[in-house]
Amino acid sequence: MFYFSRALPRRYQSPSASFLYIVKPIQEINLPLSVTSKRNRTISSSTSIKMAATGDSLAPVSNLPPPMREYLIHFAQVHETFRKPELESLAKLFNIDYEILQYSEKAPFARIALKSNSAAKTLISRSILCKAIYELWGTGTTYDEVHTSVKSRTSHLWHLYKTCSFKFGFESFNGMRSEAAKKDLIESFSYVGFDGPIRMKNPDELFVIMEDYEATSMVDLERFKALNIDEKAETPARNPTHLDEPHQIYFTRFVGKSSRAIIETYDLKKRNYIGTTSMDAELSLVTANMAHVGPGKLAYDPFVGTGSFAVACAHFGAVTFGSDIDGRMIRGTKPKKSLRSNFEQYKIMDRYGDMFVSDLTNSPLGRFGADAEGGKGGRSEQIFDAIICDPPYGVREGLKVLGSRDPSRPKVPTIIDGVAQHTRKDFVPPKRPYSFDKMLNDIMNFSSTHLVANGRLCIWLPTADEDFNEFSIPTHRNLKLESVCVQNFNKWSRRLLTYTRYEVDQDELVAEDNTLSDATGEPLDSAHAKLARTADALNPFRRKYFEGFKTPPSED
Amino acid sequence: MKLLTANFISCAVKACKSSPLSFPLHFRDAELASKPVPYNPLLLSNLLPRLDWAALVTSSKELGFTLPETKPELPRLSASSFAATTGDGDMNMDGGAVGEEDEKTLRMLHKVLMETEVVEGKMVCGSCGFEYGIHQTVGNFLLPSHLV
Repeated sequence: MFYFSRALPRRYQSPSASFLYIVKPIQEINLPLSVTSKRNRTISSSTSIKMAATGDSLAPVSNLPPPMREYLIHFAQVHETFRKPELESLAKLFNIDYEILQYSEKAPFARIALKSNSAAKTLISRSILCKAIYELWGTGTTYDEVHTSVKSRTSHLWHLYKTCSFKFGFESFNGMRSEAAKKDLIESFSYVGFDGPIRMKNPDELFVIMEDYEATSMVDLERFKALNIDEKAETPARNPTHLDEPHQIYFTRFVGKSSRAIIETYDLKKRNYIGTTSMDAELSLVTANMAHVGPGKLAYDPFVGTGSFAVACAHFGAVTFGSDIDGRMIRGTKPKKSLRSNFEQYKIMDRYGDMFVSDLTNSPLGRFGADAEGGKGGRSEQIFDAIICDPPYGVREGLKVLGSRDPSRPKVPTIIDGVAQHTRKDFVPPKRPYSFDKMLNDIMNFSSTHLVANGRLCIWLPTADEDFNEFSIPTHRNLKLESVCVQNFNKWSRRLLTYTRYEVDQDELVAEDNTLSDATGEPLDSAHAKLARTADALNPFRRKYFEGFKTPPSED
Repeated sequence: MKLLTANFISCAVKACKSSPLSFPLHFRDAELASKPVPYNPLLLSNLLPRLDWAALVTSSKELGFTLPETKPELPRLSASSFAATTGDGDMNMDGGAVGEEDEKTLRMLHKVLMETEVVEGKMVCGSCGFEYGIHQTVGNFLLPSHLV
């Protein structure tokens, strides 16, 4: 099964067309796809004045049903395909009604309808990819339009902010203005009549003018991207790839801040113990958000390594468990450098569940002999609220599970000098190569049995870009796919897949374990089996990695 | 290895999976450590329905703790009463409407499940007798090739 529409990078939408994504229809009222053209806005302003009289709420810019109010989210312009799924995941976690009115992966500003300021604050509080959320006071393509919009929508609110301390901020995306020009623009809003003191530090209220500059042409998109990434690059007097004037301006009041600042706290550079494959703090925390971890919940990472996900889950309150086939990763090789020491560093030991050495194909997790509690169809293995993992891609040392390389080897203990070798303290159990697809199947099955109802599975998967067309999303009858996010590297990419465990088992049949051929069951003496059992044959991604992701020569 | 984890774990040997004797694994030569961590009633309330009580009583006895023979019935604390603590997962410590007796049980559970750890020792399967080592609190559940 393929999911191209979600995985493909979105084509650029010209902002003048104001493409609206209606993500979730609000219960009773099925909104028409209200396009925020100028005409539409004039119509809505007449109804909004009536609404404004009912309380200290904002008159909406677009046609929103009464309880919904309009907010502006300021996103970080990074990991674009993760931003909306993270927001949607948090809305579901906090049970918040919302409607995304305007969103583009090319811009940091998105408009969203929510019921209240407290909903807005809660929604954004845990987000890693959002920066902050604001009440939208007015918007337009020119400052004249913005002023008209602000006056018609908010004049009844100005008295609320007459005496408090305040500050005006300025945010430009892909454009810039001199300090003097900013000051003039800020002063053009003086009609709101705020008489309180201006405070640059900790003002009671923060008002922000935001400008979005349109790229002059789509041909420059690559360059625009490059400019965007290197923030330290010399700033030219004007951005050559963008128009001189913003194509969209917003006037907003600050409502709430995200958790983006904690990326710094969990920065790998400052972490006591890390490994070569530790997931960075930002994406670990985003993954924890996708997995709905939270206070009182249990999370598990079956490939815990040095514990990047474990720490991220614990940050959000979950008690976290982890295992790895390599115990040295968990215990560390030097004193005071262990997975546990990271929990101590971040003062989250109360959320350290347990770490242990095990292999997913022979996991001890589960109460196999025991009956389910209460007998209400519950499963005795239902333990975790979230399973999060970045399974080994097998690039560094090939993917391994427990067992002998030679399946024909007799199943008896190895005894040397009368001592069963596996009872020795320094015994290292033999491992055999394993196929990536088979391991995926194991993870899906394990998650189906070990997640509680509505628990979540988050899994990272690599793909070579040339394989994109072949990339199929693993499926399981008991797991519902929630989202697919893509992180692109040069020539390869990895995807974060999020699933929810259905409340009850589904009927549809799943592929049996043995339908995946990997030749690991065949005797070693066949030459074919020998070849088929090399790490490369079992793991196409590894082979392509070492071939440098070369595209095979074309037929002509 | 915590008692909490021991309540989720059976013998990893496939042949033992049908045997009721493979759960719980039995502690042997256990060297214990106790480390105080903040009391978290919401967590305990979520854990309670997931615990196999009989097994927990057995494991606790092996480590010298006595728990009531029947699982305590406690009002389920809802996460929504903690909804305000969204920013960094820090818990609000007043457990809501929990009675004195329940509170006592919860405190005991907290001590047994969250504060006590086996630092060194073994866990033994009651069915096949396989011994899993625990070293620096980390249990080792890898199997030799003749058992996989």
